[in-house]
Amino acid sequence: MREILALAWAEVLHIVRDKATLAQVVVMPVVQLLVLSNAATFTIQDTPAYVVDLDHSVISRGLVTRLTASGRFTIQGRSNSLDQANDALLRDEATMVVVIPTDFEKDLVRTGNAKVLLSVNAEKGSAAGIVQSYAADILSDYSRELGAELRPGRVTVVDPSRLGPVRGTDRIEGRVRSWYNPTLNYKHYMVPGILVSLVTMISTLLSAQNIAREKEIGTLEQINVTPITKGQFITAKLLPLGVLGLLDLSIGLVIAWAVFGVPMRGSLVLLFGVTMIYLVVTLSIGLFISGRVDTQQQAMFVTFFIMMIYLLMSGLFTPVESMPHWVQVAAEFNPVRHFVSISRAILIKGAGLAEIARPLAMLVAFGIGTCWLAVGQYQKRTA
Amino acid sequence: MNALRGLLKKEWRHILRDRRTLAVIVLMPVIQVILFGFAIRTDVKDIRLVIVDPTPDHVTLEIRNRLEATDVFHTVAVLPNSAGLEGLFQRGKAEEAIVFEPQFASRLGQGLPARVEVIADATEPNTGSTRQNYAMAVIRQYQRDQQTVQPGVVIATQLRMRFDPTAESSHLFVPGLVAFVLTIISALMTAISLTREKETGTMEALLVSPLRPWQIIVGKVMPYLSIGFVSVLLVILEARLVFDVPLRGSLVLLLGEGLLYILVSLSLGMLISSRTSSQRVAMMGALLGTMLPTMLLSGFIFPIESMPTVLQWISNVIPAKWFVTIVRSIMLKGTGLAYLWQETLILCAMALALLVLSTRSFHTRLE
Amino acid sequence: MNGTLAIQAQDLTRTFGSFTAVDHITLEVHGGEIFGFLGANGAGKTTAMRMFTGLLAPSSGTAQVAGHDVYTESEAIKRSIGYMSQRFSLYEDLTSRENIRLYGGIYGLASKEIRSRTEQMLARLGMEDAADLAVRSLPLGWRQKLSFSVALLHRPQIVFLDEPTGGVDPITRRQFWEMIYQAAAGGTTVLVTTHYMDEAEYCDRISIMVAGRIGAMGTPSELKQQYGAETMDEVFVRLVRPTNGGGAA
Repeated sequence: MREILALAWAEVLHIVRDKATLAQVVVMPVVQLLVLSNAATFTIQDTPAYVVDLDHSVISRGLVTRLTASGRFTIQGRSNSLDQANDALLRDEATMVVVIPTDFEKDLVRTGNAKVLLSVNAEKGSAAGIVQSYAADILSDYSRELGAELRPGRVTVVDPSRLGPVRGTDRIEGRVRSWYNPTLNYKHYMVPGILVSLVTMISTLLSAQNIAREKEIGTLEQINVTPITKGQFITAKLLPLGVLGLLDLSIGLVIAWAVFGVPMRGSLVLLFGVTMIYLVVTLSIGLFISGRVDTQQQAMFVTFFIMMIYLLMSGLFTPVESMPHWVQVAAEFNPVRHFVSISRAILIKGAGLAEIARPLAMLVAFGIGTCWLAVGQYQKRTA
Repeated sequence: MNALRGLLKKEWRHILRDRRTLAVIVLMPVIQVILFGFAIRTDVKDIRLVIVDPTPDHVTLEIRNRLEATDVFHTVAVLPNSAGLEGLFQRGKAEEAIVFEPQFASRLGQGLPARVEVIADATEPNTGSTRQNYAMAVIRQYQRDQQTVQPGVVIATQLRMRFDPTAESSHLFVPGLVAFVLTIISALMTAISLTREKETGTMEALLVSPLRPWQIIVGKVMPYLSIGFVSVLLVILEARLVFDVPLRGSLVLLLGEGLLYILVSLSLGMLISSRTSSQRVAMMGALLGTMLPTMLLSGFIFPIESMPTVLQWISNVIPAKWFVTIVRSIMLKGTGLAYLWQETLILCAMALALLVLSTRSFHTRLE
Repeated sequence: MNGTLAIQAQDLTRTFGSFTAVDHITLEVHGGEIFGFLGANGAGKTTAMRMFTGLLAPSSGTAQVAGHDVYTESEAIKRSIGYMSQRFSLYEDLTSRENIRLYGGIYGLASKEIRSRTEQMLARLGMEDAADLAVRSLPLGWRQKLSFSVALLHRPQIVFLDEPTGGVDPITRRQFWEMIYQAAAGGTTVLVTTHYMDEAEYCDRISIMVAGRIGAMGTPSELKQQYGAETMDEVFVRLVRPTNGGGAA
């Protein structure tokens, strides 16, 4: 015990005296968290739209007004030219083109049916689908309004996703609920994610440098000649770095709550407990890498490669459910993935110990495994 | 010129001798594109559905069947009430729930409204919305099919998805991924090469030699440029073969832009390493400082249009952003230089600026 | 000298691939003696020492240090030995006091014990004023002396010193050897490597390694007699480049 504390205390002193690294480790996460949380969003608003109105009627103009009034679209340009509209799409100046044909108003008044062409830039993937559904919603609302005006007394179908009473023979009332994120605020989704990736990166990078640096400067040999055991050595390394990781997490949570209003629905004590286990995993991985390479540079290279894979396949930025099945299976072996789902479950869904039992068990297994690897690979005697 | 040639030969020998690093530098982007190309998706599919149906009847069963019949939903549980619902969501066992009011069909028959709730896990807002939309579409369709009365006014929308009829998210991400992996590799490569020399003192020898600073820089950049080019080629090949990402524009243009972009990244790596003497600080700074920002601000995953204006401005400084636009345009839209000359010019300017700054850094080092 | 053997080696060998760094060396070091491990750079001294200290496993042969087998009990050995490596291996960003405290803790000394030994040590070295400066700001001589003292902190049976006086000025070298004498007088066995031949005179017994083998072993006077030389330098030269038929291989 004394041995561990003595070495751990020395580690603390190293950390505190390395001002450059300390700054990187404490300041950079704060800055990145503040700045990048604003960047990481798929929210769709102010979608630029190009309008080709060939009708120039009251009703067609009304349609365009509805689009802008919704706040979801901004009219980037209008003309009578389909070519120009196409150009705008090509140049990425507009994401959607709305083409209202001639005789639009006439057809509506006469027959009650008319067509509008929407061209959406599908490069944007699922965003395109959402843009399209926004537009469809707006048009369908407009239909209803027009129906009331143009054909009063006739029955109108209300899109079931709208709230409110229905008149008609079938009255299926559909209500939509968005659990855990009723305001559909992207930050609530991304901030915990960015926090997790920052804590992961920092803890793994720091631990990966650690042993490699001692090898490079020669102090490892002096330690190897003492009777300290492998387990004591690794534990002494884990302790201060773990505390640092928890500190980073705390600062991050405070920012998440105070600046971004991220809900903290579950138990923070539970979250910290899980984080401690998670840090054992990341730090052990770093120490394992550190022990197997010769220089800090190699350590960083390897760590970086591994971390990128872990982070991008963890469901932090894109959902695990969207990955192909075989990738999802592989993701089960990614400790970051489990930590991400646990932290989101606790913070945003208010989950308790029972609900996170399965991923937690995986993390514990990883913790034991990686720790065992880190201790095992450290050789005090060269063979 | 001979001095430069000598330097080039030496650099090549260094690189070729270190086979392990070489393999990593060339293979890393290839492996990463494969992994991430599969991992970074936002398509919504395989939605696990929970049905809460207290009194099943012909209407609720019909709606349930229709939901199941789509290939998007599959029912994982049918509950008589909402009691266990929260737990299922928290465990991550289900993403969406349909809750029917009791006595559904009989209420409808009596002319009363019957409520159905569509609950989606909206932790990720867009996925949440999409899930809701899918369910609502099925319900709406059912309702339409029951309609005996004609609606008042219908504005039918004819929808065309341009440039990518499949709208598969991998087509969106893979081009951006190309930019991403190239960025990281290039910056790392130069940072490594330069700081290693600095720390072993051979940099001093180089600086004192008759080689001018610009020659040193060119000599260092050229070999990695060639390696990077091989990477670009391999990665584009992957995008085509493995992910079926279309290449509607000119391959030559794409390769040319790729080369230009690597040059920019290498120069950035140069600049970083010319400013720090400790390899460790350089690498740590390069990694921490460029990884997340590149991922998040380049438009590779998250659309720049969605970001606050301030960040949109900042993203203009990130070379990756321009390259992502270029790659997507060429591959998905088939645009040519006529449309892309602005972005290309910006990249050229960046390369030039970074190289000049690096050269100047080396000058001061001599003094 | 007590009759115990501090170090025993029999045909101890270490190879690295096709290169043999230590080639079947056989030696004995008695308890309490100062044993000089001489040889040119690259002769194999450091490699041999690393095998004795449990840092490197032997390829073949046997050895016992402080009564423990180097193959099977290397960790037990470490409890009874101290080591000062050729390369400075204390933590430069810590102060002298902090370094001492660290190693005191690692060797399991009680805090009170650590404190008293620290003060004794600093007083003996005359370093009280500099005790709270980062070690990297100390001049080389002080750093070497500090390293040596830390190696002795836990009062080991045997202490291994690898080129302890490399690069220091003559006065510091003298002080160093006084410290070595003091340690030996207290019963500590000292195994010291050096390529300064004049330091050989200070040792009780020495061995000279040439290309991995022990070329000569004995007391300084025995060797001078054997090789008909006045100084150890001459002994070494005669050993390494036999001319006029002087010296055995």
